[in-house]
Amino acid sequence: MSNKVPTPDELSKIDYKPPKRKWMDTPVEFKPGTWCYGSRPKYLEAVGMPNPRDWKPSDEDWKLPENWKEIFLEGMEERLRKYRSFRLFMDICVRCGACADKCHFFIGSGDPKNMPVLRAELLRSVYRKYFTTSGKLLGKVAGARELTVDVLKEIWYYMYQCSECRRCSVFCPYGIDTAEITLIGRELLNLLGLNTDWIAGPVANCYRTGNHLGIEPHTFKNSLEFFLSDIEDITGIKIEPSFNRKGAEILFVTPSGDTFADPGTYTCMGYLMLFHELGLDYTWSTYASEGGNFGFFTSNEMAKRLHYKIFAEAKRLGVKWILGGECGHMWRLLNQYLDTWHGPADFLEEPVSPITGTKFENTKSSRLVHIAEFTADLIKHGKLNLDPSRNDHLKVTFHDSCNTSRGMGIFEEPRYIIKNVCNHFYEMPEDTIREKTFCCGSGSGLNAGENMELRMRGGFPRANAVRFVKEKHGVNMLANICAIDRAALPPLMDYWVTDVRVTGVHELVGNALVMKGEKERTVDLRNEPLTSKESKEE
Amino acid sequence: MELKTLLLEKRSVILEKWFNLILESYPPDASGFLRSQRNQFTNPVGNTILKGTEGLFDKLLGEMDSDSEEAVSLFLDNIIRIKAIQDFTPSQAISFIFDLKKVIREELKNENSGVESRISGELLKLESRIDELALESFDIYMKCREKIYDLRAKEFQDKTFRLLQMANLISDPELRSEEDHGSVLKGKDNNLKPEK
Repeated sequence: MSNKVPTPDELSKIDYKPPKRKWMDTPVEFKPGTWCYGSRPKYLEAVGMPNPRDWKPSDEDWKLPENWKEIFLEGMEERLRKYRSFRLFMDICVRCGACADKCHFFIGSGDPKNMPVLRAELLRSVYRKYFTTSGKLLGKVAGARELTVDVLKEIWYYMYQCSECRRCSVFCPYGIDTAEITLIGRELLNLLGLNTDWIAGPVANCYRTGNHLGIEPHTFKNSLEFFLSDIEDITGIKIEPSFNRKGAEILFVTPSGDTFADPGTYTCMGYLMLFHELGLDYTWSTYASEGGNFGFFTSNEMAKRLHYKIFAEAKRLGVKWILGGECGHMWRLLNQYLDTWHGPADFLEEPVSPITGTKFENTKSSRLVHIAEFTADLIKHGKLNLDPSRNDHLKVTFHDSCNTSRGMGIFEEPRYIIKNVCNHFYEMPEDTIREKTFCCGSGSGLNAGENMELRMRGGFPRANAVRFVKEKHGVNMLANICAIDRAALPPLMDYWVTDVRVTGVHELVGNALVMKGEKERTVDLRNEPLTSKESKEE
Repeated sequence: MELKTLLLEKRSVILEKWFNLILESYPPDASGFLRSQRNQFTNPVGNTILKGTEGLFDKLLGEMDSDSEEAVSLFLDNIIRIKAIQDFTPSQAISFIFDLKKVIREELKNENSGVESRISGELLKLESRIDELALESFDIYMKCREKIYDLRAKEFQDKTFRLLQMANLISDPELRSEEDHGSVLKGKDNNLKPEK
């Protein structure tokens, strides 16, 4: 966008660079490592999404329907009518550039089309051409362009290089929410069957089985039983949680990542131990066995469809309220979209902690409490017997997950918990935490394996801040309250930082929790020796 | 030692030119930001390259006093680790090392012929050392790329490990409490019919 006159020195220099071109004249190049595989037909068929077929984003022919352009533009028109926000965001950007250098993908890649303003401009240029008078008459001069197959491919490429983290929107003087532009952009692409396999798979599985991996009820139960056995080895305490129990006071739902992939599994052990110690009247559901909702990364309609199963299950079991595990986008969805989609969950009761009597008034509509709020409240009321020295082998920092922090304002609760269960806590630099937190680089369904380079680019600003506290304070553990973080941050640390591991906050709680009747603990939840124990023995 | 004195005098000019040359490998819309934003947390790429070039240059000069070669790998690694995951070919990713030779040559070309002949031996040695760094850069670049593939494979393994374990498909006797897990699986009634 800048049109700097080159200096004589620059002019005389011979280099390998292609000639400078305006962004509209720079065609997109599908570089390996930056894009995810196309969705397989079986996943689209499972949920009735259009144009199921085998396709590869790197193929010349995307096997689009014949009238693809019409479908795309009609879809755009419909959404411009339906969502006032979308129309506003298409119209009001003055290209001031405040957002330009705030995106972690731009910061890490140096690709100008990853500036939020330019990523949105990909769609805006099409909007101008077909929906504004100036664009229709003046074309390129007014920043408008024809929708061609190449333009469509470019939109696809960059809509799947945005993790919908909304950091840019914090800095926009007009409050443009670029994530909403990405959401609509992806929705339009989905009208043509252009989802990624990594997103379409979990959507189909979630719709049919209840969770992203398609884990059936007996396997879901087995996976928790693994943890119970580990907990018994470590603490000597046998825990027997209930499943699908009608009449329980609370339904507990967490992302399925916590039940099948390390290090989320240790966080899950923390939940189980905490609830047992409290004697909580709660149940797991093997049907609402997923907090995440990849429908949100597909389309508004798909998010709405998948969203309600948690509430339907709460209704079926007759619980009073719902407690949610450590999850990011689950949280924003359940709190900020429920009323619009389905109306308030008023068949449930307003959540009251049975231990402290605290009424969670912030959940009047959703009737759903985040476990960070729940546990912070327990600690505040002195209801937990905690021995933070059991986490003395850990020097912890906290990564604010985009959806819980920037989206929902959960800043203090996780920090309060960590400070009560750990003796060594260090904040990352101010520009990289709280509402200005840097995304893990893998949110919004980008945590596939084939786009690892993209993930490493996007996660670099976060990793760079972690490296700083590692070098300054010896930090060796990165805590968070999001399942995608727990999956995405370990490889990020492995590439950029090394020797910093990743944990959920409730794994730390599980370590520190002194349980009634437990045997003397010598190892933490990962079966690693406790340093305090070792030093006592010495 | 004359070369070192000259290079120290011209340190800031050389570093600035070298830094700018490296940034020119990025699209013009990005290089301005990478160059001007000096906050190490909001512009980690620009700042890593800046600190990396300074570190490399100072280490190279430091080596000129002694026979031992200083550890420059860290600075090389910091820069190449970034370039290895950006839109660069392998040759583009490590070409910045050769840019240093170019900048030094340009800066010394205005020295008088007497100086030039006196430093030619030292200069040849320095340039050979820079060539060695280029070779080392190949190794670092490959290490980074291999790491990417390693991460892909590892992530896949981690995602499936628990499932294999649950399906009793793992029989490593070293695995702690495998038998216990087996008994959990086999010994319990998995009746999960929801209560009606």
